[in-house]
Amino acid sequence: MGAPEIEEFRISGLHTYQIDEVYDEMFESPNRVREHYRPVFDTLMALPADEIRRRKQSADMSFLNQGITFTVYGRREGTERIFPYDLLPRIVTNAEWTRIEQGLIQRITALNLFLKDIYNDGKILADGVVPREVVYSCKQFRRQMRGLQVPRDVYVAVVGSDLVRLPSGEFVVLEDNLRVPSGVSYMLTNRRVMKRIFPQLFRRYAVKPIEHYTQALLSTLRSLAPEVRGEPTIVLLTPGVYNSAYFEHAYLARQMGIELVEGRDLLTHDNKVYMRTTTGLRRVDVIYRRVDDDFIDPLAFRPDSGLGVAGLFNAYRAGNVTLANAVGTGVADDKALYAYVPKIIKYYLRQDPILNNVETYLLTDPVKRNHVLQNLDKLVVKAVGESGGYGMLIGPASTAEEREEFKARIIADPRNYIAQPTLGISRAPCLTEEGIQPRHVDLRPYILFGDKVTIVPGGLTRVALRKGSLVVNSSQGGGSKDTWVLNS
Amino acid sequence: MLSRVADNLYWMSRYLERAEHTSRLVDVNLTLMLDEMGESSERRWKRVLTALAYKGEDLALADGYQAARELAFSRENAASVTWCISSARENARQVREQISSSQWQRLNRLYLEVTRMESLGTEEANLSDFFQSVQDGIHLFQGVTASTMSHGEGWNFIRMGRYIERAQASVTMLKVFQRDFGASPEKATESTEYLEWIGLLRSLGSFEGYCTTYTADVHQDRVMEFLLLNPEFPHSVRYAVDSLRNAIEAVQGEGRSRRGAALSRVAGRLQSSLSYGQISEIMARSVQDYLESILRQCHEIHELIYEIYVHYSIESALVG
Repeated sequence: MGAPEIEEFRISGLHTYQIDEVYDEMFESPNRVREHYRPVFDTLMALPADEIRRRKQSADMSFLNQGITFTVYGRREGTERIFPYDLLPRIVTNAEWTRIEQGLIQRITALNLFLKDIYNDGKILADGVVPREVVYSCKQFRRQMRGLQVPRDVYVAVVGSDLVRLPSGEFVVLEDNLRVPSGVSYMLTNRRVMKRIFPQLFRRYAVKPIEHYTQALLSTLRSLAPEVRGEPTIVLLTPGVYNSAYFEHAYLARQMGIELVEGRDLLTHDNKVYMRTTTGLRRVDVIYRRVDDDFIDPLAFRPDSGLGVAGLFNAYRAGNVTLANAVGTGVADDKALYAYVPKIIKYYLRQDPILNNVETYLLTDPVKRNHVLQNLDKLVVKAVGESGGYGMLIGPASTAEEREEFKARIIADPRNYIAQPTLGISRAPCLTEEGIQPRHVDLRPYILFGDKVTIVPGGLTRVALRKGSLVVNSSQGGGSKDTWVLNS
Repeated sequence: MLSRVADNLYWMSRYLERAEHTSRLVDVNLTLMLDEMGESSERRWKRVLTALAYKGEDLALADGYQAARELAFSRENAASVTWCISSARENARQVREQISSSQWQRLNRLYLEVTRMESLGTEEANLSDFFQSVQDGIHLFQGVTASTMSHGEGWNFIRMGRYIERAQASVTMLKVFQRDFGASPEKATESTEYLEWIGLLRSLGSFEGYCTTYTADVHQDRVMEFLLLNPEFPHSVRYAVDSLRNAIEAVQGEGRSRRGAALSRVAGRLQSSLSYGQISEIMARSVQDYLESILRQCHEIHELIYEIYVHYSIESALVG
């Protein structure tokens, strides 16, 4: 279909702006800007390129000075980088958002019921809706959780689900993150920076606010406290300064006004959890933990973990402390289980899913496996337990060697992989070296599930800043942009 | 406040104080070396290394620059300025959300400056600049700390670290110096030893303060009196102990006082002995013993701070 044919543009690079069958967030067609993107487009037209560059620099400085960084693994120890960031907002209309919101509430409600079920009665397994082997063969299934009562039956309190938009304009769920989803601090700081950089543009739109996220998180955690003991003490448990998301942990703790603790700050005595303070031991009621299951308690899980607290799991079993999220929630975001989520929704809620899944092939089925192995160049293969864009094969962008390697891995352990068709995920305009260019984006809204469900409007829009790349993870050269949900 | 945070703030502060002390001491000795009078510079550098508790490979002390470079830039040796500043930064990094962002930026910049200067080459003239800029950087950090951080518990742990380090460093310095010069008669501080005594005052940042109080007439017991007992000068041992005790009392006021009874007593006893001490009495008896007992009490205070606020046993904290 080609480049935009609108006459008035003066922005460099727009004549190479590619518009094809993939959904473009700004252009409805090469000669038509979507109605809700009009003000952004007009602003871009009105600003000289130098001014845009100046604002971009100003935003970069702001990130640098605030030390908003993340750590990249697999490189030199402790490499800190600024989180790459794009200046043009991603805009979601009110109608689109309402549907997303309803869909996510439905999905998380069902997944919480599912977790309760498999760790207690196992009805859904007995009824054959989800095969037992899918659940029990999952590395994230924790038999230690069997029969354990969690407050309000909330297993996942904090969720970040990844959505993508298909060429039809429909949003679908690509994956759920039910363990320790991260990135919310970027959502909040993106917004703060944007308000400084584009105040006029903000006023032309009626953008729904997101600043209440940390308060909502705090009241969600508070609502999950074990039996009433007065005002509960809530802490955020971090693996420490070397963790890639340490900035976020410190940021959230500070914004909520709670202590940021490491494993060595906590101890258990008589099945209760305490933190060491200068005025003595203080009882801890709720732990918003950003440490993975495996490392949380060396007595219950990995004995070589230095990040956890010995005896924590027993205190948890005894109901003296709440962990958010609960242990063992990873079984529900396993990529093989993902294929069953529509059935899970139907089973517990007797509703059709509002947000659809991406078609997924389970490789344990020999017929499907053969089909996938013969079409590796057209499919995306993912390891079921991995996140962050690691352990992935993107067929169309892969080399023959990579495909051979994955083929061998799949045959060796078919349960560990799934395959999905390569999606034409939507693109949004970004400021790049070559001017304004479309780049692939996804959307990660953050859902809080406590005594009520809160989803701050929008979420983190992640961008594959490398041309043509489909991987939006920050560890793989992805960036982010502010997401605006409109009031009307 | 978390015990770990108190621990980090305390050591951040101690390491910075140590870096400042080392910078000043080495810088003064580099200058002193140029006025070669009587005593060999080798003996002087030996004293410096002893005062800094240097433990490392043997250095050629004849020209002093090798020792100065080692004490400035070594990444392995815990006595070096670079090592101290890196450790201070590492401690601050772990409690970044507990200190003000200006503090963090100031300290981080100091760290970057120090590590950059090392690569600039270590010309003799640069060495002095290096030590000067470290002292300036630390003074700036202290200013930023005083004006941007809440003067609560965390601030008081920073003060504890700074003043206990200062008291110990000064007393250690005095001890080493007294061993070499203490025997000389009271007023024989004219030609040869005159420069050494001034060197001592300068090493402890006290020469100008001394002159204002006693004029430039240098007498051994006046120097000792000034460095040990002066109530107003921030580098005297008494001033450091007064401030240390204030910080301890401020923290105790916020917590449960019963737990801190032993600490209060030891800190109070040390403070009183300095407040009411007389230099003639101190000099009449064994000065070495006197200084040793101050060091011992400082060490006891350090141990008690840890016992009460950081490494306490679960049992002791659960009762009451």
